[in-house]
Amino acid sequence: METLEQLKTRIVAAAPGAQVEIIPNGSPANQPSLLLDRDHARAVAQFLRDDSALAFDYASNATGVDWPEKIIKEKIKVKKTVDGVEKEVEEMCERKTPAYLEAVYHLYSMRLKHGPLIVRLRTENRTDRVSLPSLTPVWRSCEFQEREIFDLYGIVFEGHPDLRRILMWPEFTDFPMRKDYVEADDYEYEPTPHDDILAKAKKHFPAGAPV
Amino acid sequence: MDGAGIIKGMIETARNFAGSYHDEARLTTVQYPEEKLAPVENARTIPFLVYDGAEALPGLRCTACMICEKECPPQCIYIVKDTVKKPDFVGKMQMQPKVFDIDISVCMSCGICVEVCPFDAIKMDQVFELSTGDRFGGLLLNKTQLAKPNDYFNKLHKTEAAEIDLRRVEEKQKAEAAAAAKAAAPAKPPMAPPPAP
Amino acid sequence: MATASPTELAASAPPSQIMEVAMGPQHPSTHGVFRMDVSLDGETVVKLKPVFGYLHRNHEKIAEKCSYLGSIPYTDRLDYICSLTNNWAYAMTVEKLAGLVPPERAEYIRVILSELTRLINHSALAGFLLQDMGALGTPLMYAFREREKILDLFESLTGARMMCNYMRFGGCRCDLPPGWIEQVRRLVSDFPKFLDEFEALLTGNEILQARTEGVGVLPAPLAVNAGVTGPMLRASGVNYDIRKVDQYGVYGRFQFRVPLGERGDVFDRYMIRILEMRESLKILEQALRDIPGGPIMDPKAKLRNLRPKAGEAYGRIEGPKGELGFYLISDGGPNPYRYRVRPPSLINLTVLEDMCLGQTIADVVVILGSIDIVLGEVDR
Repeated sequence: METLEQLKTRIVAAAPGAQVEIIPNGSPANQPSLLLDRDHARAVAQFLRDDSALAFDYASNATGVDWPEKIIKEKIKVKKTVDGVEKEVEEMCERKTPAYLEAVYHLYSMRLKHGPLIVRLRTENRTDRVSLPSLTPVWRSCEFQEREIFDLYGIVFEGHPDLRRILMWPEFTDFPMRKDYVEADDYEYEPTPHDDILAKAKKHFPAGAPV
Repeated sequence: MDGAGIIKGMIETARNFAGSYHDEARLTTVQYPEEKLAPVENARTIPFLVYDGAEALPGLRCTACMICEKECPPQCIYIVKDTVKKPDFVGKMQMQPKVFDIDISVCMSCGICVEVCPFDAIKMDQVFELSTGDRFGGLLLNKTQLAKPNDYFNKLHKTEAAEIDLRRVEEKQKAEAAAAAKAAAPAKPPMAPPPAP
Repeated sequence: MATASPTELAASAPPSQIMEVAMGPQHPSTHGVFRMDVSLDGETVVKLKPVFGYLHRNHEKIAEKCSYLGSIPYTDRLDYICSLTNNWAYAMTVEKLAGLVPPERAEYIRVILSELTRLINHSALAGFLLQDMGALGTPLMYAFREREKILDLFESLTGARMMCNYMRFGGCRCDLPPGWIEQVRRLVSDFPKFLDEFEALLTGNEILQARTEGVGVLPAPLAVNAGVTGPMLRASGVNYDIRKVDQYGVYGRFQFRVPLGERGDVFDRYMIRILEMRESLKILEQALRDIPGGPIMDPKAKLRNLRPKAGEAYGRIEGPKGELGFYLISDGGPNPYRYRVRPPSLINLTVLEDMCLGQTIADVVVILGSIDIVLGEVDR
């Protein structure tokens, strides 16, 4: 299989206007990925499937990842005037990483027996602009997996033939796999032996100890 | 011939049926509870605490290091450290648990608590006839219910217990030798008074 | 029986004639808590929607709270029939993430246990498929008699029959007890006799042939596009076995063939599994002959407090049901940032509707049985 740089040039040539970025991978697994932009994702996916040298006809895994906003404190050198003299001073600056939801696809080729090629799509933010183009018209294996990403993360896939909840029941609101999911405590509750036992065990603990 | 496949299948069934009267391999039912299968050495169901000697609480190997509580995946172990220390088998003073509860209705028999324990204090038991009529509290075992003697451990897991006992005997001998060497060292002469300033 | 599109089938029957049946979560033949909303015109299936989530335990979120070591017992409970292959897939992914290399003896032990797992899974499947067809327990009990022998082997090695919790990152948990290899050798030499008996009972049976030939045909292009893997894919004629493609572990050293089907119907899927059992026995003989001595854990591996560098990894194995993959993202901490299981049973269910359209409702049960699903994996 060709390298990601060669692949990137070919993709941009085949689907004009597509913006492709290579995301490196820090672990020893050596599996870097391609970040695609939302508008051309479907065209790029079709190129990846239909091209004779690549022939990525099998989408093995489609998964969602939640990246909430993180505040990183860094020391940055800034030029400031101190007592009339211009000096470089180190200041603590806060930087916010962008918050988004991501869909990651792992592609393999059954015909040419190579892979994996990892493709990522990111939404604009985590609150209201959470739609991504669906890759189900290209690879049917994404059908149930995109439904699961919708169910557990809340990404709306445009062009999906049947987008509804798959693992949670249809009247459920909220998205359980997000990092800021708070479990509802108004579910049908029946005291179980474990709760009584937990209450009894807590009596042994000193006050304020974590459970 | 039509139906030949079915007849061949019936012959196999007949062979199994007739064979079950005289062939051990074809009759595999064990009439529990009158017959019981012999326990296997490595089998694991719920954990138990090992103690050395005759009395459970003073001989308990556990030093309340909290590692098993931290590593337990379903978090079914509850430990509270005691303020009073007690000596271990070498003679060194160690902490001990005041409360050591395991909720065996939550325990999933994974054995990770046994793998991570640095003191060989918690091991896997093989009892499975644990049903009780008491829904609330009958399946929460405390320190006394969990403590079982080292002889019981030797009966269950022969090879592992033999290795551990050998190692503990060696460690005890080394500790006694070190203590004897320290006691036999010649007393140091008194220090000369400091020179006058 | 021609398979027409749902709209054509539905249009051909007046709406008042269509009956909607929920083959509900409590059903003896749905292999777990699994529901199918089937719309029938008479006895012909017009539409079929699978509904699951009854066994959803959110294993992926639990794994974000446990350490890497603490998730291993939970992976046993994904595909609860084949726990050792689940452990291996997870251990392999963490080894890729952390850069650990298991020693040779551990790799051979992993191959032996994985092929034994394939044997128990396929014999359980053949038994359950026949039970769904109405053979009411005879082939099932013969298959389970062999399965018990292998489960006893697992108990003497790992401590538990089904929830084995045996693989660790960088190797295996404990070494083989004395006499274990001889017991496996004896089992491997006795197993072909059982397979011959099983085939004599079933493969020539006219009832089985009438109920499974031509039923539930899955064409190869649809299978590839829908991400179907495992024996179901190979029954449709596509030669893709991850043991041959990726050659993970030490599979590159073994000679074995990959059986392929011709028509992609239920009978092909049943026969593929019987043939795969015979190939597994070949791999087992070679592994038992060549297993070296030595350590079973990577010396660099830590049991507690494993903190791989930030990054991600995707590891996959050829499980008995299909491609079982794990996708892990680490942020440098003791718990994974994202832990994802790629379940073969869920993806194989994508084509359930396509295979069942136009068939009778009695065939739906047989087709579902041949896909080989386990709800613990579908729902996680």
